[in-house]
Amino acid sequence: MKVKTLEIDGKLVTGGPEETIFQAAWNNGIRIPRLCHIGGLSDIGACRLCLVEVEGQNRLLASCLTPVEEGMKVRTNTESLRRYRKLLIELLFAERNHVCAVCVANGACELQDLAMSLGVTHIRVPSQLPHLPVDISHDRFGVDHNRCVLCSRCLRVCDEVEGAHTWDIAGRGRKSMMVCDLGEPWGVSQSCTGCGKCVQVCPTGALFLKGKTVGEMRKDRSFLNFIVTAREKHIWIR
Amino acid sequence: MAQRILINPVSRIEGHAKVSIFVDDHGKVQSTQLHIAEFRGFEKICVGRPFHEMPGLMSRVCGICPVSHIVASAKACDELLSVAPPLAAVLQRRLINDAQLLQSHALSFFHLSSPDLLLGFDAPPESRNVFGVLEKHPDLARRGIRLRQFGQTVIERITGKRIHPNWGAPGGVLSKVSEEMRDELLAWIPEARETCKAAMDLWKGIADRFTAEAEHMGKFDSLFLATVDDDGVVDYYNGKLRIVDAQGAIVADGLDPKEYYEYIGEACETYSFMKFPYYKPLGYPAGMYRVGPLARLNVATSMGTPWADAELAEFKQRGTVNESFAYHPARLVEMIGAAERIERILEDPELLTETTRSRAFLNRQEGVGASEAPRGTLFHHYRVDSNGLMEHANLLIATANNNLAMQRAVQQTAEQYVLPQKLEEGMLNRVEAVIRCYDPCLSCSTHALGQMPLILQLHSLTGEIIDEVRRM
Repeated sequence: MKVKTLEIDGKLVTGGPEETIFQAAWNNGIRIPRLCHIGGLSDIGACRLCLVEVEGQNRLLASCLTPVEEGMKVRTNTESLRRYRKLLIELLFAERNHVCAVCVANGACELQDLAMSLGVTHIRVPSQLPHLPVDISHDRFGVDHNRCVLCSRCLRVCDEVEGAHTWDIAGRGRKSMMVCDLGEPWGVSQSCTGCGKCVQVCPTGALFLKGKTVGEMRKDRSFLNFIVTAREKHIWIR
Repeated sequence: MAQRILINPVSRIEGHAKVSIFVDDHGKVQSTQLHIAEFRGFEKICVGRPFHEMPGLMSRVCGICPVSHIVASAKACDELLSVAPPLAAVLQRRLINDAQLLQSHALSFFHLSSPDLLLGFDAPPESRNVFGVLEKHPDLARRGIRLRQFGQTVIERITGKRIHPNWGAPGGVLSKVSEEMRDELLAWIPEARETCKAAMDLWKGIADRFTAEAEHMGKFDSLFLATVDDDGVVDYYNGKLRIVDAQGAIVADGLDPKEYYEYIGEACETYSFMKFPYYKPLGYPAGMYRVGPLARLNVATSMGTPWADAELAEFKQRGTVNESFAYHPARLVEMIGAAERIERILEDPELLTETTRSRAFLNRQEGVGASEAPRGTLFHHYRVDSNGLMEHANLLIATANNNLAMQRAVQQTAEQYVLPQKLEEGMLNRVEAVIRCYDPCLSCSTHALGQMPLILQLHSLTGEIIDEVRRM
């Protein structure tokens, strides 16, 4: 295995040949912000929050999808990157109805945490205020499309870990929506196994356990570590 | 020439209101209108949301009395689940409801109304506020602020947050009470009692100064509505409705609050965003009734605690009290009762029980929750679809119950005090003060502290300004 040496934010780091800039950075204590990435699932570069500057490149690269290369010089936290990330978060807030104060995930939401850490105090773009449904037809779970950021973590965990592929994305552009099967209410989905993995990986209050009230939803992702460790290392320990 | 005097905005109340005084050709006050000038649309906002969110969502109606809305909302949700919350949860809800009553009444009395009572209705407006009281009566003002702090601290310690806590839930509450919390709060009781006593003594010392105001500022016959238990003891959390008339005779008793719509109608007028509830059997507007501290004292045969009961007896020594001005002493009696009940609940070992929530699926598609909020009886009425998404919400807010009575009180006060030929600041302050008696929570948002800009204009029918008084 040939290890590659590169520079991230002025720090010399090494990364394996299969590793991405994102992984190499996090392995070395450099926390690049992210929303669609979650350890154990494939990366798709949907949220664009992990964009970094790479010397010699005339565009920004999604660090979660860019493999490390020998001699790379990467900057992860420049003024302009912070500005872009802040705007991205504002656009996410503006796109749907994220009302933290009355959200089930208030206080335990990755979008909220990112907004706080990036200093988002106002949304400078006009809110779209779309009319989006809430589906609580499932016995145990609910989906609130108002809080969805289309990160597709639910889709990937359902497909790659549970193997059910109940979730998918319908529509294009701003009309994109997460759908169950072919757009049926969750409660009548034939493919859903009711495992609840999608609920736990969802970064916001879009997927929640039915019956949770405002600020009560807390996500538990320990199952993902367990499954990934078991899958990759064949070790079944919690 | 007929004229209209406009008081806009009314100050030292919660929310935005204005008053129109219509004057006839002979310069006499002909009629008045209290306009509630804000529109919230909260009932519509709730539609389409899961009912489990309602306690948290509804708490956002108000920054002063979020607890009242959480309690009424959680009770409506209990109905949807068809469960009885565990005893510890009920005790917590009662405790927090009492703490809410105490802090809200302290705010009304010390911060908002005491400037009128201690400095006088005609005192200059720049000093007629809580800072003026702090200057003249520093000890009392400080104690009042501390008393409110006590109520707020009970809420904060137990629910985790002073305002809009994530605490209420269908079937119970989210928090548990520890021994340390309880002991800390119990240690504060003696001081709270002392402040209640000081306020009561103060009132008894100055009440005689206001015999004229009591007589002419909103003294009229009306029905009174409040919730009491089977023995007629005022019940702030789970009582049945009782209605008495101006002489204290029981008009209706043992009414189930869950069927409020059977006997309370809600009328609308074009000049106000606030509805006009009325007692259906008497029709509109004859079915005017009052709620809140005065109504609760008039309706109840007992406050359920010894000191408050003694004060109740003194309060009602001449029978039912019809003066709007008596809302002030009624509030003080309730503060005493709240302090006593808080102590009683804190000493109840059941409060510390671990189980604070009953779990169930949706079992019913319609639910009503009612409780006594600081300003009166509060109703939350929800209807959900078969999955539990809100289809309809109707909130009957405590202050709205008093709408007809406030209109009446404003009219009476204006007739007595407003001389359209020569407008004076003290005249309009009395009109505002009679509204303050009811401590209305209009936006259900934060209180206006101190002076607010107020312009009183005398218009001719052609729109010409004849006279103007400004307070900026």
